[in-house]
Amino acid sequence: MMQAALASRVTRRSESPGLWMLAWRRFGRDRVGVASFAVVVVFFGVMLASGLHLIAADWASEVGVNYAPPTFARPNTSDRDAVAPEAPRGEKARGANPDDPLADVLSEIRGKEPASRDETGVADPLADALAEIRAERSGAATRAQTQSATLAFGGDRWGRDVLKKAIKGTETSMFVGLAAAALTALLGTLFGAFAGYYGRWIDDFFNWFYSIFTAVPYLLLILAIAAVLNQKGTMTVILILGLTGWTGIFRLVRAEYLKHKAREYIQAADAIGASHARRMFVHILPNVSHVVLVQLSLHVVLFIKSEVVLSFLGFGVGVDTVSWGSMLNEAQSELILGYWWQLAAATIAMALLVTGFSLFTDAVRDALDPKLK
Amino acid sequence: MTPVNGKPAGGAEVLLGVRDLRVDFRVDAATTLQAVKGIAFDIPVNSTVALVGESGSGKSVTALAILGLLPRENSTARGEVAYAGRNLLALSPGELQKLRGADISMVFQEPMSSLNPVFTVGFQLTEVLRKHLGMTSAQARARAVDLLREVGIPEPEARIGAYPFQLSGGQQQRVMIAMAIACEPKLLIADEPTTALDVTIQKQILELIADVQKRRRMSVLFITHDLALVGEIADHVVVMRDGEIREKGTAEQIFEAARDPYTRALLLCRPQLERRPKRLPVIDDFLNSSGQVPEMPERTRGLRGDEEIVLEVRHLGKSFYSRESLFAKKEFKAVVDVSFKLAKGKTLGVVGESGSGKTTVALTLMRLHEASSGEVLFDGKNLLSIPLREMMQYKRRIQIVFQNPYASLNPRFTAGQLLMEPLQIHGIGESESERRDRVYKLFEEVGLPDVSFFKYPHEFSGGQRQRIAIARCLTMKPDVLICDEAVSALDVSVQAQILNLLQDLQDGYNMSYIFISHDLAVVKYMADQVLVMNEGAVVEVAGSDELYRNPKHPYTKSLLSSIPRGWRGSPGR
Repeated sequence: MMQAALASRVTRRSESPGLWMLAWRRFGRDRVGVASFAVVVVFFGVMLASGLHLIAADWASEVGVNYAPPTFARPNTSDRDAVAPEAPRGEKARGANPDDPLADVLSEIRGKEPASRDETGVADPLADALAEIRAERSGAATRAQTQSATLAFGGDRWGRDVLKKAIKGTETSMFVGLAAAALTALLGTLFGAFAGYYGRWIDDFFNWFYSIFTAVPYLLLILAIAAVLNQKGTMTVILILGLTGWTGIFRLVRAEYLKHKAREYIQAADAIGASHARRMFVHILPNVSHVVLVQLSLHVVLFIKSEVVLSFLGFGVGVDTVSWGSMLNEAQSELILGYWWQLAAATIAMALLVTGFSLFTDAVRDALDPKLK
Repeated sequence: MTPVNGKPAGGAEVLLGVRDLRVDFRVDAATTLQAVKGIAFDIPVNSTVALVGESGSGKSVTALAILGLLPRENSTARGEVAYAGRNLLALSPGELQKLRGADISMVFQEPMSSLNPVFTVGFQLTEVLRKHLGMTSAQARARAVDLLREVGIPEPEARIGAYPFQLSGGQQQRVMIAMAIACEPKLLIADEPTTALDVTIQKQILELIADVQKRRRMSVLFITHDLALVGEIADHVVVMRDGEIREKGTAEQIFEAARDPYTRALLLCRPQLERRPKRLPVIDDFLNSSGQVPEMPERTRGLRGDEEIVLEVRHLGKSFYSRESLFAKKEFKAVVDVSFKLAKGKTLGVVGESGSGKTTVALTLMRLHEASSGEVLFDGKNLLSIPLREMMQYKRRIQIVFQNPYASLNPRFTAGQLLMEPLQIHGIGESESERRDRVYKLFEEVGLPDVSFFKYPHEFSGGQRQRIAIARCLTMKPDVLICDEAVSALDVSVQAQILNLLQDLQDGYNMSYIFISHDLAVVKYMADQVLVMNEGAVVEVAGSDELYRNPKHPYTKSLLSSIPRGWRGSPGR
């Protein structure tokens, strides 16, 4: 009898789901959450694959003609302009390029070459080099030959595939947004927790610090930090955004800690002998994590936009990398000419991620918050 | 209209009749909560009807449905609320608006949150008069002064310009009543109007409501969880549970010869001043058995004088400072020179009104607040002067159960985690699995099922949460358990269960309790010795029987005289 009761109790215990299991189940019931989670996972996959050079490694190769229109939009452009299909060879197609600033020089060289060799009979000291160049040019010619008139999702100014560019841009922008937001959330939460929990002079200290940061105009602050860091690149952008963006999260987290440290459950934790660190991070932090999570997702979105601004001001990512910011930057001048696909690619990618990410964070918060079911 | 049974024969004229009222709340797409399941009762002209029930019984929802104040987006009210030949449930929002305030008005539980803090009480009062009665501002002002005088506000001419925060809780509730009766309504609905107030104030407000009702010959629907309170003022009583009416009748019928076991349980579960059974009857005793509760032997309380003393507090003082300017600080003495001794295995009751410093004493002697002066002797050590590191080993031996079980449990921890934590912190138990076994044993001891381990606090009822809080204290096997209003937030029936549990645990572990409460009956039931506090100071200490029989200090006398005496026959009603 006792044995049976004990056994049934043991099985019941092992059947009881754990905490994360419960949260995961709650999450699984949220259809919007699961869909947005799928979107975020896809984007993460893209980011990882691109970072590992599995896809879009050749994003910089010029596979299409300049401003190659998307295939599905072809009827509008190809028949009339007849840029690619009617051009017999790559050379001419190249020559026909009205944008090529070297067109005149090329035709001059083309006209001179045979004459110079026949007339003088002197061994050209640069013959080898020239042959090399020629070989290269013929190679370029064959490559130009393979430049397609249309690309699945269009091409940019140099005929690079917009899709691959968008993938590469996703990698950069997502990384910048996530890393900077993570840094911001970390700093803001840490400062806010200390200031709000301990109060007194620690609070005063962080409040002065906060006041100084918020008193300086945002762009001026960014320029100042950029000047101090004094180099260009992805890491610099992350540091600039991360070190300037923590103020908002700090203010909110501090307020939450002020509120929670006086709550009875924290007094109860004190009564059972929980240390300050335990009360701060084990007891209070999970109860204010929804604030941090929501702020995190908002900041990811904000920083992706800020990266665009920084790129515009010349403090963004380097010229050898592509981000949604640099794509949108290029799109400015393209739009006037009616080349909309680069803008569309960057915007759609950005909108998808930003929406998916926000919905995903909401769903995570709901799943982790037992009060909201 | 057919009179509902229990009405006096030939019956008084009916002012408002509720017929088959049903209220549903949509919780989400799949679930609907039936808050009120087809109830019917009448409110006769010029009488007080009490609607009594525990939390979740649907009593407040009924009141809101009568007034048409239910949220429209997620609730539906069906049935009939007949008033002056009209069904209030079928009226348009505009028509209801005209009715509210003018014909039917309401007083809420929390006066502080019912008054707008940024307007003077005079402004809020005259607003009602100008809007509903179309008075000029001079007329309205004169009328407002009269109203404030009627509800017993001293110096009404001066107080009319006061902001709500400048008035005490009792005065705020008086202002609310003045606002409610400003337009001479025929029906006043009072939803737990005294629950947030101290006992002495509660008595005054009850008298005021009864007085106003008689003078103006209006009807009152008095909603409360406390059946004893109702005995003094109600003509008719309606007892609700789980959205249904369990019993209704005149006050005499209910208090003298209640037919429903639930009504009897409500009357008897509360500790009474005259009797102290070994165990309090709980609600299941009434509902499950034939309704006959076995007589319990009485328990004797008090100190012999030779008990071992576990805790001694000497001249404890605590001041709070608020910053007035850069250098000046203002001192507020929350606790002044409190001394007492706590005997092993005995209970010290601490009574006093809000702001008397009861809770501050508890928090200070546990060093949850730093004391300003005094000593706390425990195990030969002064707990207030030893370093914090050394304090850790004493901390587990004095534990506290807080008032609000909804706030004292971390909502992010499961019940299992909550109980495991102190074991982990203090390294009690050899391994995780041994600790887990201890936790399961404690669950059993406080009467919780095993599955509680993985449940979050919000999945438990108030009484169950308080059981978790008690179990958490027990993990550390304390010598002293402080119960800070531990049963005040609980329903009457649950309160009895928790009190029984606390008593069983004391008998089992020989723990000493410091039992803090504003409820004098509960303290009388639990305590061997009682300490009465007022404005931070101890005014009287005595054995619990002695104190209630023969109070010495005038403050103690006034406290004891304001306990609701419940039904006392029908005195000249």
